[in-house]
Amino acid sequence: MTAAEAPGTRPQRSWDLGRVLLYAFISLSALLWLVPLFGALLSSFRPFAETVRDGAFSWPHTLTLDNYQNAWVQGDIPRKYLNTAIILIPALLLTLFFSSMVAFVCSRFSWKFNVLLLSLFTAGNLLPQQIIIQPLFQFYNRVPLPSWLSSTEKLNGSFLGLVLIHVAFQSGFCTFVLSNYMKLLPKTLNDAARMDGASVWNQYWQIIMPLTLPALAALATLEFTWIYNDFFWAVVLMQQGANRPITSALANLSGQFFTDDNLIAAASVFVALPTLVVYFALQRYFIAGLTVGAEKG
Amino acid sequence: MTGSPSLPAARASDTGGLRQFEGRDRWVVAAMLGIPTLLHIGLVWIPTVASILLSFTDWNGIRVSDIRWVGMKNYVQIVTVFSTNFFQALLNNLVLLVFLFVGPTALGIVFAYLLDRDIRGTRFYQGIFFTPVVLSVAVVGFIWKSAIYSTDSGLATQLFGRGHSIDWLGNQSFVIPIGDRFGVSANFLAILVAIAWRHAGYIMVLYLAGLKSVDSSLREAAMLDGSNEWQVFRHVIFPSLKPINVVIVVITVIEALRAFDIIYVLHTPRKTEVLSILTTNNLLGEGGGNVGRGSAYATILFLLCFGFVIWYVTNHFRATQEGADA
Repeated sequence: MTAAEAPGTRPQRSWDLGRVLLYAFISLSALLWLVPLFGALLSSFRPFAETVRDGAFSWPHTLTLDNYQNAWVQGDIPRKYLNTAIILIPALLLTLFFSSMVAFVCSRFSWKFNVLLLSLFTAGNLLPQQIIIQPLFQFYNRVPLPSWLSSTEKLNGSFLGLVLIHVAFQSGFCTFVLSNYMKLLPKTLNDAARMDGASVWNQYWQIIMPLTLPALAALATLEFTWIYNDFFWAVVLMQQGANRPITSALANLSGQFFTDDNLIAAASVFVALPTLVVYFALQRYFIAGLTVGAEKG
Repeated sequence: MTGSPSLPAARASDTGGLRQFEGRDRWVVAAMLGIPTLLHIGLVWIPTVASILLSFTDWNGIRVSDIRWVGMKNYVQIVTVFSTNFFQALLNNLVLLVFLFVGPTALGIVFAYLLDRDIRGTRFYQGIFFTPVVLSVAVVGFIWKSAIYSTDSGLATQLFGRGHSIDWLGNQSFVIPIGDRFGVSANFLAILVAIAWRHAGYIMVLYLAGLKSVDSSLREAAMLDGSNEWQVFRHVIFPSLKPINVVIVVITVIEALRAFDIIYVLHTPRKTEVLSILTTNNLLGEGGGNVGRGSAYATILFLLCFGFVIWYVTNHFRATQEGADA
């Protein structure tokens, strides 16, 4: 790189060798990164027989929607989307609601056990899920539910069970991020509200929450993706295939479609599509949510 | 999340505790704190403790009254009867960890460092590298299975098969043997590459956020001193990123220990197992009902990652504390 001439001025942008190499490296890497996505997408539109003959990366002679149609029907994709929505929407709202309350109380008032509680939430979110699965599974098996709430009449195999574990697990990360954020809001906001006789609830709901909206939006985007992408909880705690959310339904599909990798590609596109749409539409929030926790250290 | 008012939090002079509230507020605060905390502790921390306790029993999960203490029996069995599975899984976790650090974590840092300069289209490149991160690991597994590792038509078969099929995900032979019982199998290596594809983008985004916080005058001053690019990174930028470095170390370690989905979804046979798979194998399917042994695997997993979790949390709260005191 060329040396900077004076403090404050940027190094001049000349096309020296280093810069050419830099662009070459980045472009080549980016191209390489697209290969699996492109390959899966291309295969999903082609008959399996053709890709077996010519290879996945070859000029397509037949383009067809058959794989999508088969995956849609055989994989019962609409039902799986619905299952995901039934779990995802309440889980997402409750996670944000619960963690914002804890974050509010911990960051806006003084408590002795403040740091301990926040540490507990933060640490809980970092544990591998498999650590808790054995006792959790046994516990879920022993909690009875009325049949209108669970086809198994137990917490195990119910949508409610999945919602609860998502909320419990994800609220760790969200509490961590939200308390960092709320700490930065001026303390005088609360004092002024208290002078006016505002209840704690009103301080939370009417004063702090509106100011926290940017962080909530970022977290909502991120949590949408994480809860949607959950594989493990549903594989273990939702054994009935028909009620599985879409991501974990993949585990069953791979058995059925064992011989046809292009069907698998089409099914993958169905699973990936909602997260990709959310990501491309809300990229800014997504990145903000991911980095807000890290930036604070 | 900049742009928010950043007055330092006032030192609370009130004594704290529920006593700082009156009447209805007291109940509201107790509920706001209590309900989420109970749920979190009840479904995350109590099961963690229960896992540790159950690892000293030989419970089969059927009747609670059957829970019997057996001391270290499960652990002894793990290192004797099941030693082949256990040490292979442990080795795979370790290989994954080392691989993540020297491969995708390092690459993610390089991507971040390069994309942090004025590069035309930097957001476009960032978008490409980050796309795999928004996909579930299970989907990543399927994308690689269909496009790259498909026995008959995948790109890897096209490139190396010379017209023959290659069963990439079924090949259990050791590429790097360690002794005669253990090693790094071909199918595990194949999975590692797919994991790397997703992990690098994740690290890149985290590191970019850190780099943005580095004072650019620092870099320029160091450049003026005649230091070269590597020296500036090594002695100026990298040390000033200590908080983000801790985050990345911890995330990489945790990712290596919690890897599960991709291995499970690909139904790859033996030799690709990791500890999380062994835990779950003792719960579902044929090996199901071994609560004791499954919990012992879980406890080992817990011990391996807990130190890093504590390190992360103390690092974070020390940083916050210093921020508040400053």
